Amino acid sequence: MKYPIFRVALGLAVTLTVLASSTGVIATPALTTTNSVDVSFAGNSKLPASTTDHSTLPALKGPFKTGPEVTKACLQCHNMAGHQVMESIHWKWEAVNPQDGRKLGKQHAANNFCGSILSNEPRCTSCHAGYNWKDKNYDFSNQDNVDCLACHDTTGTYKKIATDAGHPLYEPRELPKGSGKIIQPPDLTKIAQHVGKPGRKNCGACHFNGGGGDAVKHGDLDTSLIKPSRKLDVHMSSEGANMSCADCHTFNKHQVSGSRYTTKAKDPHGMDTPIGDYKNRATCESCHGNAPHKETVVNNHTNRVACQTCHIPAFARGGIGTKTLWDWSTAGKRDADGKPLFIKDEHGHMIYSAEKGDFKYGENVIPTYKWYNGTVKQVTITDKIDDTKILDLNAVEGSASDPKARIWPFKVMVGKQPYDVVNKTLIVNHVYGKDDTSFWENFDYDKSIKAGMEYAELPYSGKYGFIETRMNWFITHMVAPKEDVVKCAECHSRNPDNRLAEIKDIYIPGRDYNPIIDTLGWLAVAGSIGAGAFHGTVRYISRRRKDKNHD
Amino acid sequence: MTNQQPRIYIYKRYERFWHWSQALLVIAMMITGFEIHGTYSLLGFGKAVQVHTMAAWALITLWAFTIFWQFTTGEWKQYKPSLKNVTAMIRYYTIGIFTGAPHPFHKTAQQKHNPLQRLAYLALLAMISPLIWISGLLYLFYGDWTSWGLSNYLSLEWVAVAHTLGAFLMTAFFFIHVYLTTTGHTLTAHIKAMITGWEESESSGHSHTH
Repeated sequence: MKYPIFRVALGLAVTLTVLASSTGVIATPALTTTNSVDVSFAGNSKLPASTTDHSTLPALKGPFKTGPEVTKACLQCHNMAGHQVMESIHWKWEAVNPQDGRKLGKQHAANNFCGSILSNEPRCTSCHAGYNWKDKNYDFSNQDNVDCLACHDTTGTYKKIATDAGHPLYEPRELPKGSGKIIQPPDLTKIAQHVGKPGRKNCGACHFNGGGGDAVKHGDLDTSLIKPSRKLDVHMSSEGANMSCADCHTFNKHQVSGSRYTTKAKDPHGMDTPIGDYKNRATCESCHGNAPHKETVVNNHTNRVACQTCHIPAFARGGIGTKTLWDWSTAGKRDADGKPLFIKDEHGHMIYSAEKGDFKYGENVIPTYKWYNGTVKQVTITDKIDDTKILDLNAVEGSASDPKARIWPFKVMVGKQPYDVVNKTLIVNHVYGKDDTSFWENFDYDKSIKAGMEYAELPYSGKYGFIETRMNWFITHMVAPKEDVVKCAECHSRNPDNRLAEIKDIYIPGRDYNPIIDTLGWLAVAGSIGAGAFHGTVRYISRRRKDKNHD
Repeated sequence: MTNQQPRIYIYKRYERFWHWSQALLVIAMMITGFEIHGTYSLLGFGKAVQVHTMAAWALITLWAFTIFWQFTTGEWKQYKPSLKNVTAMIRYYTIGIFTGAPHPFHKTAQQKHNPLQRLAYLALLAMISPLIWISGLLYLFYGDWTSWGLSNYLSLEWVAVAHTLGAFLMTAFFFIHVYLTTTGHTLTAHIKAMITGWEESESSGHSHTH
């Protein structure tokens, strides 16, 4: 054997290669980005996917003058659709929390954005999946008021007007008033003849504009998702999976899956199959399963860390700022001429509005991370509140010791809003309406809160103050491609700006250590090096001395 | 130096392969392990975990072969501890080595390790290795604790701390081990033996240095 070292190296290389290929360990293959049915099975690909061409139906000949007229025509064939929609949260704006039976939804839950829909209906209900919700006496059982087109228009021309209780324009109107700009009403007949499955624009018309404008509310939902780049949203991008909202938020009998009141903290069921499972595909696990990574050590995270925590490195990444702070306490200021004051910053963001107060915005915001076990403690307008501290409007529960909990990302909205300082409840503020009491006409909280509370038939002491509030918004959209995933060291390091710096109750390798073991350990290592150095030095000196004596 | 000095063949080819590949893997695991521990940043946490894990599997495989080799060749007997001459070894390392006293132990192919070495390797095998491997494998399979029914009995923190303790002991062992390789009749005699397999006898070495 002439070159033993060479042989050794070769042997080691072979061993390592074999091992490297065997350590992939049990993993589900990552999803490929196929988005449509294989055309070879779909027959003539020029045919539409639907079995009905609505433009040829006699029932849809029209002409239609109003939304409810269209709805009546739709319901002639889809005779259960109205009843299904009337059961849905999009119609009722009410959801019963299955965990505690409390009534939530826009009708009851408190928020730190616009406030309550009560007494402000015609403005708020421009996002209702129906028509005519003008006041608190709305008839929720009249199916002719269901708005089919908001969700099923495929022309992109249907638009519910902001102030008309869910109706689109029926006559040309100057908007905004005094601008000289005349807006034409949409062609309802044409729209009715071109209905189909909901697309991004349908959902986005309300969900991208929640809180009164583009990107305001969620942080991970805004109009940049209509045509997102792959970097912004790997699922929705045409360079990615090209999916639409309802591909994940599956609808069954017009009931949508996915909820911010009862968001699934963990989906141990994993991948869904077409049989029985199709009801709720809104979790990542529904498609990706519970062990979607190639490496075991990465899959080890899925029990304690939500997918979103690593796969959404920041929110509001589409170039549109999301509101991060809303302070109602400063609203109502007027300029030198006595006109309501509005201030915009250099980016064109409204940073002060006499109608609403002070705002702050954020883009590319790193989320706040919290444990979440599936329970959201949502405050409603009638709940007694503790005004001695910041009020969490929808605190999420969970901790490291709770096996149901995972670490989730949130947009934490900072708010300051009016409340009844005597009764210790939040209040209903009458902001919208052409009357003497509405805040946006008169900028007088005394009047507007009194009017709102009277309208809501809730007790009001007459004394209001402002309380600081926080609201947690689940960050779950704008999933980045895998190359942009949060890097390991952003949590696994001793760096003080560690993303999980606030999560202290779990041991995070790379961040945490036992100080006693580390001290003793380094002493042992230093001791072993020192002992060698000392022993070696003494050896060297004694050897030299002996050699000298020999000379 | 002449070609006639007596030499004995101590380390066989597989043994040398085992030793040096193990050395490489252990060094790689120390470097990446302390990065994972948060001591410094070198490869990046993710890469460090990858290398550390791969090296662990490689070392496990190497050990599987080595255990087989130890038993088929009977070499395992080299690790049987004995307290005989331990005091002589201690006296040599603390006094004799400085005064130029002869090494009390003479290596042969049948007895490669001096009595202190035997004890040290036994401690490594019986204490440090189980600590580091059990904690390491539990660490690696953290995600399976629930399905293995272990999650009520283990905490990641204690598994990690146990693994860290093992790592410190291993590192301390490593430095002492490396230093002791220099205590042959020349500084590099032991290392040369581990590379070539041949150990030159001490007497020839001594006659050369004087």
